[in-house]
Amino acid sequence: MEEKLSFIEGAEQPLAMHPKKFALWLFIVSVVMVFAGMTSAYIVRQGEGNWLEFDLPNVFWYTSGIIVLSSISLHLAYMAAKKDNLNNIKLGLLATVILGFAFLVGQWFSWEALVAEDVYFVGNPAGSFMYVFTGLHAIHLISGVIFLIIVLISALRNKIHSQNLAQLEMCVTYWHFLGGLWLYLFMFLLLNH
Amino acid sequence: MAVANVSAHDAASTHDEHDHEHHDNFITKYIFSTDHKMIAKQYLVSGIFWAFIGGFLSVLFRLQLGFPDMDMSFLRPILGGWIDASGKLDPTFYLALVTMHGTIMVFFVLTAGLSGTFSNFLIPLQIGARDMASGFMNMLSYWFFFISGVIMFASLFLEKGPAGGGWVVYPPLSALEQAIPGSGLGMTLWLTAMVFFIASSLMGGINYISTVINLRTKGMSFSRLPLTIWAFFLTAVIGLLSFPVLFSAALLLVFDRSFGTSFYLSDIYIGGEALPNTGGSAVLYQHLFWFLGHPEVYIVLLPALGITSEVIATNSRKPIFGYKAMIISMLGITILSFVVWAHHMFVSGMNPFLGSIFMFLTLIIAVPSAVKVFNYLTTLWRGNLRFTPGMLFSIGLVSFFISGGLTGIFLGNSAIDIQLHDTYFVVAHFHLVMGAASFFGMLAGVYHWFPKMFGRMMDDKLGYVHFWLTFVGVYLVFFPMHYIGIAGFPRRYYSWTNFSFADMYTDLNMFVSVAAIVTFFAQFIFVFNFFYSMYKGRKASANPWQSNTLEWTTPVEPGHGNWPGEIPTVYRWPYDYSKPGSEADFIPQTVPLSATPESNLPHEAKLVQLEKEIMEEDEAMLVGNESKES
Repeated sequence: MEEKLSFIEGAEQPLAMHPKKFALWLFIVSVVMVFAGMTSAYIVRQGEGNWLEFDLPNVFWYTSGIIVLSSISLHLAYMAAKKDNLNNIKLGLLATVILGFAFLVGQWFSWEALVAEDVYFVGNPAGSFMYVFTGLHAIHLISGVIFLIIVLISALRNKIHSQNLAQLEMCVTYWHFLGGLWLYLFMFLLLNH
Repeated sequence: MAVANVSAHDAASTHDEHDHEHHDNFITKYIFSTDHKMIAKQYLVSGIFWAFIGGFLSVLFRLQLGFPDMDMSFLRPILGGWIDASGKLDPTFYLALVTMHGTIMVFFVLTAGLSGTFSNFLIPLQIGARDMASGFMNMLSYWFFFISGVIMFASLFLEKGPAGGGWVVYPPLSALEQAIPGSGLGMTLWLTAMVFFIASSLMGGINYISTVINLRTKGMSFSRLPLTIWAFFLTAVIGLLSFPVLFSAALLLVFDRSFGTSFYLSDIYIGGEALPNTGGSAVLYQHLFWFLGHPEVYIVLLPALGITSEVIATNSRKPIFGYKAMIISMLGITILSFVVWAHHMFVSGMNPFLGSIFMFLTLIIAVPSAVKVFNYLTTLWRGNLRFTPGMLFSIGLVSFFISGGLTGIFLGNSAIDIQLHDTYFVVAHFHLVMGAASFFGMLAGVYHWFPKMFGRMMDDKLGYVHFWLTFVGVYLVFFPMHYIGIAGFPRRYYSWTNFSFADMYTDLNMFVSVAAIVTFFAQFIFVFNFFYSMYKGRKASANPWQSNTLEWTTPVEPGHGNWPGEIPTVYRWPYDYSKPGSEADFIPQTVPLSATPESNLPHEAKLVQLEKEIMEEDEAMLVGNESKES
């Protein structure tokens, strides 16, 4: 019946995607635009000269590693949820929360490294941008950690299993996005430095 | 149904989300409502409120511009200290007036008031949905807008006045408190209000997009969507992509203002003293701002164009000419709107080569715009025209869109822009093409959908008077401005009495001011009509304009969930007006092709058989479900 319907309408039935998941994707689009705007501003401003040169903190390499690990642990939690392995969901989520905090601490150290290099938030925009990128990303990451904790709590109540995945799936999407966003920012800074 | 069951007391205790007979009390029904229709009305009433504030501010500065020597002491009861001892308007307050007029009209009236009202009201009704994808987020969207409005309104009463750096708030003027009084607390409140406004628009936009994509009724494919919905959908997409960039720009401005960074500031001397800020770029702000600012023009205009398509087709009793061409040109406008922003910056010191690229891209927009204009005209051509007030305002929109659009071709040329930039020519251009046109689209929408909103008709005669006064008034205000602009009058100047060239245009400026004041007061006819008809208007029939779209298949005053029974299925596109062979001159979208064999086109006749099979299967399924339930 579905096939005939699509024929007669000349188009598909409504997608009927999970409405909250869809809204999350749209939210992600708007976050992408915020950072696209920022990084474009960086390029435009850099092109005008009077640009402070300094070394990127080495901590970024470690925090990038941490964020990749956290995505892996979250993915393991997700695989466990699909197989109804309740203990591993909790373990995976807990590991991700801890790695999330570790990432934030690492970003804090990157700021200290910048200060040690005499690069401050107030000063040449080259340095200010560095703080804005990392800070704005960290704020989003904190919202992601809060989301993770909410999911962890419902996992501790055994509410997350193969029949009830929507919340976890949204969390996974958001977290992978935040990880990808950081990797993009890091790559961007490496290339346009 | 909800209306019949209003009970002010013990509503909370009986409230049950699964209960279809909602017992709303005053607060849940009129204030913290999650019903898209009520939220739309909240947006509409707020929009009307802001339109009057914004219009009133323009009357004030028009008085100054038309009658620079006038004694304005009679305004002291309202403006207080802003009128000095000799009866003159304070020059910095003049700048604040212009700034707030722009901000209010662009964001609060023509973005929130227009998109907020009609996207909320029409999307669920025209696609066949019970409500928005998330009613709660929709409510939140309105209340963020409300908070934003409260902050902006409060800033009008600050001791140093509201923001005064122009609605575009370019730094360094807006970034340095020392620059003008309006860059102090007024600017801070402006930025705060805009952050709430951006959050509100994003929540609204996310809702509109997910509703249109996910909640269409059976048979409502994208190729059967009314053009209104296409317009609202694309508007929401533009907003989703451009408002976050305004947020970025505003965030960096906040850092510059409050934390001492130098994103936009460099080498500035105040009173001979150099500021510590170095390395910033003011043009950077312009790039970021206009990346929102230009799409914003289409956020304002597209919904009005969508409403016009619907109203003109209905009242011409003809299918819209070039349905697909309309969609493609709206898509074209959507995409192009993101790659033309720098035409606002031709004289900012930007690379002239870049200017010629942006000029080229800008002029391409003339193509989809012209396609739309020709389609409106060809829809009207030899139509069975019914001049309802909504129709008149739609035709008015087409007129403004043409006369304002033509001057866009001049302004889009980077060479001519050197002469015309920041003159009254620009003011005339955008007030016609985006201001008045969108405003007329909004009014057309109000006149056309008022029966669906309030179950009563607005008075036609008052509508005609309102239309003619406004239509003629708008031309009388903005047409002379082209001449003033070509003569070299710059915008945002408090007065030109010091320039001798300005003497010969004194009369023209006076004329414009008088026309503006008359046009402003003509709007009170509309307000009276609006509120009077809400309670005392003639009762509306179910389908007063004999229209095809789904909203007219609901009860006269639809309750929660819009349709009391099943949501109707859609079998055809929304523009089957005066179809050859058909007895009636309109065939609603809910009429199956199999019921109209006399008017089916050859390709539609082929679809009838399949349609019948599906309906039989559906019938069998329905019967099956019912027997299971009982």
